[in-house]
Amino acid sequence: MKLYDLTLTELRARLDNREVSSVDVTRAFLDRIAATDDKINAFITVCEAEALAAAKAADRRIAANEAGALTGIPIAVKDIFNTSGILTTCGSKILNNYIAPYDATVIARLKQQDAVILGKLNMDEFAMGSSNECTAFEPVHNPWNTDRVPGGSSGGSAASVAASQAIATLGTDTGGSVRQPAAHCGVVGLKPTYGRVSRYGVIAYASSLDQVGPLARNIGDCALLLQTVAGFDPADSTSVDIPVPDYSATLSEDITGLRIGLPKEYFIEGLDDDVRRAVDQAIATYRNLGAELVEVSLPHTDYAVAGYYLIATAEASSNLARYDGVRFGLRSAESDSLIDMYTRSRAEGFGIEVKRRIMLGTYALSSGYYDAYYLKAQKVRTLVRQDFTRVFEDVDVLLTPVAPTPAFPLGEKVDDPLQMYLSDIFTIPVNLAGTCAISLPCGFSDGGLPIGLQLIGKPFDEATILKTGYAFEQATEWHKKKAAL
Amino acid sequence: MKISRAEVEHVSRLARLTLTDRELDAMQDEMDKFLGYVEQLNQLDTEGIVPTAHVVPMENAFRKDEVQPGFTREQALANAPEPDPAGFRVPRVIE
Amino acid sequence: MASKYETVIGLEVHVQLTTDTKIFCGCSKVFGQEPNTQTCPVCLGLPGALPVLNEKVVEFAIKTGLATNCAIAPRSIFARKNYFYPDLPKGYQISQFELPICEHGWLDILTENEAEKRIGITRIHMEEDAGKLVHGETQESSRTSFVDLNRACTPLLESVSEPDMRSADEAIAYLKKLHQIVVYLGVCDGNLEEGSFRCDANVSIRPWGQKELGTRAELKNINSFRFIKQAIEYEIERQADLLDSGSQVVQETRLFDSQTGTSRSMRSKEEAHDYRYFPDPDLVPLVIDKAWIAEIREGLPELPEAKRLRFESEMGLSAYDAEILAADQALAAFFEACVPLTGDAKLCANWVMGEISRQLNEGNIAITDAPVSPTRLAGLLNRIKDNTISGKIAKNVFEKMWQSGQEADAIIEAEGLKQVTDSSAIEALIEEVIAANPGQAAEYRAGKEKLMGFFVGQVMKASKGKANPGMVNQILKDKLSG
Repeated sequence: MKLYDLTLTELRARLDNREVSSVDVTRAFLDRIAATDDKINAFITVCEAEALAAAKAADRRIAANEAGALTGIPIAVKDIFNTSGILTTCGSKILNNYIAPYDATVIARLKQQDAVILGKLNMDEFAMGSSNECTAFEPVHNPWNTDRVPGGSSGGSAASVAASQAIATLGTDTGGSVRQPAAHCGVVGLKPTYGRVSRYGVIAYASSLDQVGPLARNIGDCALLLQTVAGFDPADSTSVDIPVPDYSATLSEDITGLRIGLPKEYFIEGLDDDVRRAVDQAIATYRNLGAELVEVSLPHTDYAVAGYYLIATAEASSNLARYDGVRFGLRSAESDSLIDMYTRSRAEGFGIEVKRRIMLGTYALSSGYYDAYYLKAQKVRTLVRQDFTRVFEDVDVLLTPVAPTPAFPLGEKVDDPLQMYLSDIFTIPVNLAGTCAISLPCGFSDGGLPIGLQLIGKPFDEATILKTGYAFEQATEWHKKKAAL
Repeated sequence: MKISRAEVEHVSRLARLTLTDRELDAMQDEMDKFLGYVEQLNQLDTEGIVPTAHVVPMENAFRKDEVQPGFTREQALANAPEPDPAGFRVPRVIE
Repeated sequence: MASKYETVIGLEVHVQLTTDTKIFCGCSKVFGQEPNTQTCPVCLGLPGALPVLNEKVVEFAIKTGLATNCAIAPRSIFARKNYFYPDLPKGYQISQFELPICEHGWLDILTENEAEKRIGITRIHMEEDAGKLVHGETQESSRTSFVDLNRACTPLLESVSEPDMRSADEAIAYLKKLHQIVVYLGVCDGNLEEGSFRCDANVSIRPWGQKELGTRAELKNINSFRFIKQAIEYEIERQADLLDSGSQVVQETRLFDSQTGTSRSMRSKEEAHDYRYFPDPDLVPLVIDKAWIAEIREGLPELPEAKRLRFESEMGLSAYDAEILAADQALAAFFEACVPLTGDAKLCANWVMGEISRQLNEGNIAITDAPVSPTRLAGLLNRIKDNTISGKIAKNVFEKMWQSGQEADAIIEAEGLKQVTDSSAIEALIEEVIAANPGQAAEYRAGKEKLMGFFVGQVMKASKGKANPGMVNQILKDKLSG
């Protein structure tokens, strides 16, 4: 078996037993990236020198028997995280020369453990997109079929795990941006509860919805990465100061009697046949495992997409005002007057989808429309959240598809924004409700494209969705399938 | 049309985005479709519903009034398009 | 000539707080540092940076709210005010909009005719300051402005008054009162020139009897009380001229030029602002419980108003003296330290307002740095009270104390300034003087009593000022009439 095909748990054992060094493993991954990324385009920046230096430090730490869970483990991160001294673009031309002068809190936590950061991953510009086609650095290709999208916005984060370019990666999820690409690329992706992971240093898209999430080949690896990055951060006022449980410790707990809700609003007409079949099989698997499956209702589901896009674009329009060509980033060569500097720098620096969302958000907040759009959407959020609160009085976990279809062809939806927005229909309500959810592989389409299963948990109950997913993983082989490259 | 061309132009000025005529046309069309889509929210009676700004209830996150090390001037200016010891250079602001 | 119009003034004051760090980050905020040397990811508005509220700012806001009779909101939130300007790093200012921390306060002022008047305070809210723009002055930089973000994110309180003031003098009285309070509380250094206390005035006029307010002009950032008065008075006249000539007042922002005493419109070509306020999702609601408010109330210093009344009622000072001493917290403290050591409040008040204040002004030093402490001043005053020296000699002694830092007794001793109170010694001096001026003595005895002054002067001169003036008077009278 190649080094780059090992799981995190397997690699940890080999590193700790001194069977391999972190430097060897890191080289293997750097070679793998070099060999495969012309097809995938998952990386915006490969940090070879920094990665090897970190691997050396990790090896010293392992030799001193001071290794943590991620010491010496090669991972990669979405280019949305500030990484000190390294180009941080957020997938945008407007940041194509921005060398971050500080580390995001999650990056600092990885560095504390001497995890090896291989590089910065491609993404939809400012995390706005569901296909990774909205990037200033060329689209990412799905490793299972390079004519297909990998999903977005953390397309690079999902594709690189699927292509064995990194053991695990970090992405962000505002409306499904971890779970949907994880589903499309056949990997595990978890969106933690809002407040679970620090947002400090994570370039903001929609502040009240953004959350950092791990992607990995299996549930166990995902739990280890979450364990490292989760927890209170005084630098993020919205991070929550409650203890982080030991996720690995409860993974293999029995799920007999676990009550799994099936929200009827998620099993709709437009659902792709392959997706329906795979999810139905997953339901059968859970029944065999002794879980109780019950139909439930989340009546405001249909309103979630509209509410989400109003809130997200409004916040984005304000969050992206700082890209003005004054202190960092692109400034138009035609900046003779102040107003030209602003309008031309932003026009040249932002891609069309970002402009579209800034326009929508500016409009939704503007005088005379605030109550009709933004405030209304905040009330819809209340209703969606109440839906979840209510069903969680009855069930432990909700089971749904992640996306209505498997990965769609590159170019298919890029000119139809509204259709693109609707591809997030099953992931968005979780962000509005602020709770946690995981996407895990549950089968393939007839065309050989991976299909994902979504398990939604109660707020701050990541442990339960992890163990529920783990039980499925133990009973199936889907997570062991690898894309042929 | 739910949004006029003039409104689209007004919003583009508020957002400090230069858009070409063609972009403005496309933007008007897309915004119109989107606003048509979100119109479904009007079916919902939200009278008396408290808006949610934060999904997880939170309050009072503070820091102590203690000085933390910051950037040197070089660090502060490192990413600037036009750095200058006197500050970030911008086209003259006329008041 | 009485004006045809009634003036209506509302004031917005930005109070810069004396915290060690900025409102949302740990950068220090010392005035006058090299550009961009007090910055970090947060106050530079770098991608991904997040604000965290400085607890002290909240404490200062509550203090100020309590001292200005405001209600403290049990729950308040921060909002983003969106607009583009190069000194505003994030493209929005974090402020408070719908739910400010303090509301419905008031201050009482004295009007020109000494009547007490209540000025309403609509709200006081917390917000961050913007950076500074410096415009290029050289040939090369004439088309350039420079952005310095040292001041960005500095904590401010913005207090907004009701349009309750009816003259420039009332506006100044209100401003001085508010200024006194924030300085007293220690939440602001009160330095107008450095921009620690900045005032915008909304001025309008209307014909007497008219209910609706006239169109107002906003006068921006004027940095002394004198200029504020000038600016308002100029504005009142300008608007009256407009109305008299049949024109209209335009709602606009105007900049006052202290050189010319006039103002000009700041009408920008940009379209009207649409700030698109919305709750800042990066900050969480601020919840203030009764216990916190009580704790802060407990720790409030005695405010100038209460102090003035106490100085009058307990110490028997005149209203005038009490007002002056209470106006300055440090001066009042100095005075209060002196009083029990002398048991003579009036004497202490005279000296603190007189000699001490004069020296402080001349030397431009703070009272806390005065070379004469309250104890030393009391030492000097006690020598006046026990007749060791006269008040006149005391002034000389004080001068020397100020220069040398010595105690009064040491100087009196070393310079032999002790008053002569030995009656036989004074008698001897008087006899010498009478003998040397027989003509004047005869005139006095013939009824020219005015000459008493001449004799006192001669005796004091002979004693080098040390003879007790009271005794000199008494004995002279006896001797001359004898």
